[in-house]
Amino acid sequence: MPKRVLLGLLLACGLTAPALAQEPKTGGVINAVIQPEPPGLMLAQVQNGPTQMVSGNIFEGLLRYSPKLEPLPELAESWSVSEDAKIYTFKLKKGVTWHDGKPFTAADVLFSMEMLKQTHARARTNLAQVDKIETPDDYTVVFTLKQPFGPFLGIFEVGSMPMVPKHLYEGTDWKTNPYNNAPVGTGPFMFKEWQKGSFIRLVKNPNYHEKGKPYLDEIYWQIIPDAAARSVAYETGKVDVLPGGSVENFDVPRLSKLKDTCVTGAGWEFFSPLSWLWLNNRQGPLADKRVRQAVMYAIDRDFAKDVIWNGLGKVATGPSASTIKYYTDDVKKYPYDPAKAKALLKEAGYKGEKIRLLPLAYGETWQRWGEAVKQNLQDVGMTIETIATDVAGGNQKIGDWDYDIAFTYLYQYGDPALGVGRNYISSNIAKGQVFNNVEGYSNPEIDKLFADGATATPDSKRKEIYDKAQKILVEDVPVAWMLELQFPTITRCKVKNLITTGIGVNDGFKDAWLDK
Amino acid sequence: MKQFWKSMLRSPSGVIGLIILLLAISVAVFGPMLFPNSPWRMVQRPFLPPFTLSAVPLGTDALGRDVFAGMIFGARVSLLVGLVSTLVALVVGVPIGAMAGYFGGKVDDALMRFTEFFQTIPSFALAIVLVAILQPSIYSIVASIAVVSWPPVARLVRGEVLSLRTREYVQAAVVTGQSNSWIILREILPNALSPVIVLASLMVATAILLESSLAFLGLGDPNLISWGYMVGAGRTVIRQAWWITVFPGVAILISVLGLNLIGEGLNDALNPRLSREGR
Repeated sequence: MPKRVLLGLLLACGLTAPALAQEPKTGGVINAVIQPEPPGLMLAQVQNGPTQMVSGNIFEGLLRYSPKLEPLPELAESWSVSEDAKIYTFKLKKGVTWHDGKPFTAADVLFSMEMLKQTHARARTNLAQVDKIETPDDYTVVFTLKQPFGPFLGIFEVGSMPMVPKHLYEGTDWKTNPYNNAPVGTGPFMFKEWQKGSFIRLVKNPNYHEKGKPYLDEIYWQIIPDAAARSVAYETGKVDVLPGGSVENFDVPRLSKLKDTCVTGAGWEFFSPLSWLWLNNRQGPLADKRVRQAVMYAIDRDFAKDVIWNGLGKVATGPSASTIKYYTDDVKKYPYDPAKAKALLKEAGYKGEKIRLLPLAYGETWQRWGEAVKQNLQDVGMTIETIATDVAGGNQKIGDWDYDIAFTYLYQYGDPALGVGRNYISSNIAKGQVFNNVEGYSNPEIDKLFADGATATPDSKRKEIYDKAQKILVEDVPVAWMLELQFPTITRCKVKNLITTGIGVNDGFKDAWLDK
Repeated sequence: MKQFWKSMLRSPSGVIGLIILLLAISVAVFGPMLFPNSPWRMVQRPFLPPFTLSAVPLGTDALGRDVFAGMIFGARVSLLVGLVSTLVALVVGVPIGAMAGYFGGKVDDALMRFTEFFQTIPSFALAIVLVAILQPSIYSIVASIAVVSWPPVARLVRGEVLSLRTREYVQAAVVTGQSNSWIILREILPNALSPVIVLASLMVATAILLESSLAFLGLGDPNLISWGYMVGAGRTVIRQAWWITVFPGVAILISVLGLNLIGEGLNDALNPRLSREGR
């Protein structure tokens, strides 16, 4: 296993051999920026990006993934797959304890699956293929699938499948359980305090199950709502880690040039964030496919990339990011073409009905992007009203389907069966969630394609299915795809081994250490 | 009236203030006619410095939007918010103050405790909370500014009414059996108006500042460009592009200064001791 991890380190950080030869030093405090302040830290119930980033230190999954998305052991120390690819057996690591000292066992895994099926929409989808879960003994978990499921080993990362303590949650109302505010996990760091609006403090778990780790004593996640102040906080040394997306894009080049500063784009391989606009397919003008296509033609996405994202990222061609499996660009293209957008609007009989636009309250870049898109849409004759809101308010509106257009970006999780299909299949339409099929798109053909794609073998068959699905989706425009995002992580060079897996900063700081 | 204008024009600060205000109002009214394009439109490359292209004399912002156009449209929002919220504050504050001063006793106590309730909360904090709860829009902003700015009006009017109430002509009106509302409206208020007008002109200035501060904090109406919004949005790039914040900032400064000068001029003109005794 060490060899594999070492390889992972090399790939993730692009570290040079001498750096690796250094013995990690113990001790020290890391100050990192968290942006925006997470709505909560109970990872099994809240899956916003910032929640994953902080709680990835508190909770753990059965597996983690290398930058090439190969599974690595975490709470499961080994696993095997049956001949017919339907039975997966995980051997759990022994001697793992929760932060309150109780042992972690297969019963916790079983309970976590039960909870996640109700509280975690993506986990529910991922587990839909599971027929039954058995625990022959305290350290063995056996998943029996209804049918082979290609990406099954890819669903056990901490954000997708965090393990929750059965003894604290069983028989309680999960939503109001007091431990939601002071989460208890098995991870390398323990929750200590959360000064709302100021910082979240995690401290080293002295009983962590990997000997010698973590190296750091404490992590302070600093909450600094103002973008310029975040840059300044880094420059003045108040924080040492700026995770991807925490400073404005126009500050990235300037900060990168500072002394003792290291920048990496690694750590996003697993997520491949793709941004798009939710278009409410249920009501109003956007229920018409032609209006949705007009939105695609009306928005100048190259401008967004070059100006708003400072040239970082890539214009999306469809529902899949180009970095994930079975991506194809052999789909209908939507170049910036206001004239065509106008024609389509006219054809659809759009008469200036008011359309509400919900920007993402994740900072300046997103605010500016909201303004640019609004202008693009107004230029082709649409009447747009921007709704100002904070993150929680935005989630509320999206969850209640109380919007027409809303910004978002979602992770792709390496495989279309995990990160793409979930946003378009009709069984994922449910009020109250801010991910998955929020737009209300419903197409039996797409449902069938994604259902088949997940279970088909061999790979060439899967590719064929996903090619077809991408073609149909891009024609129908259930949502308006914008950009594949790139989030460089900026750190002081003395922070070593921060990013060691394809999950990056969201995977916890257990390997990180400070070269004092 | 003639007398009023005469003394108003005699005060230099009043004249300067009037000129600034008239200029600002004409920009707000006629400016958008000269610039039919929306100030949100991206017209040039981003971060274009000022005075390089005559089409965008004050440069462009982070998205390539015309800073000059933004200032012209922003004038409309700033002035409108300033005037309307002051008007609303007067409509609320004057009757409350007048009733408290006129009726005295328990009515006065009740109304003044109610007013103090608002005065004890820091006004800007209250405005932020109100806008945040009501969702930022031009209406919620006007409403919250009005809510935080009426108490001083009420107190001022109450004080004036209290002193006027004991005058002989008021007592005469009471003796002749005039109704209370008639006495308040016809006998007392017209004589209490001068300090209120002065206060109102300063309130407009404060309201403009409040609106700018709210917009600066991202609590402006997202569909309307305003000076405060421009300063707030440009602040993060102030190192790369000073002009995005400086020009709207100067606009706020000048218009607030103008209104304060008018207030001073009004004070001079309306104060009988200063104006009519041949300064």
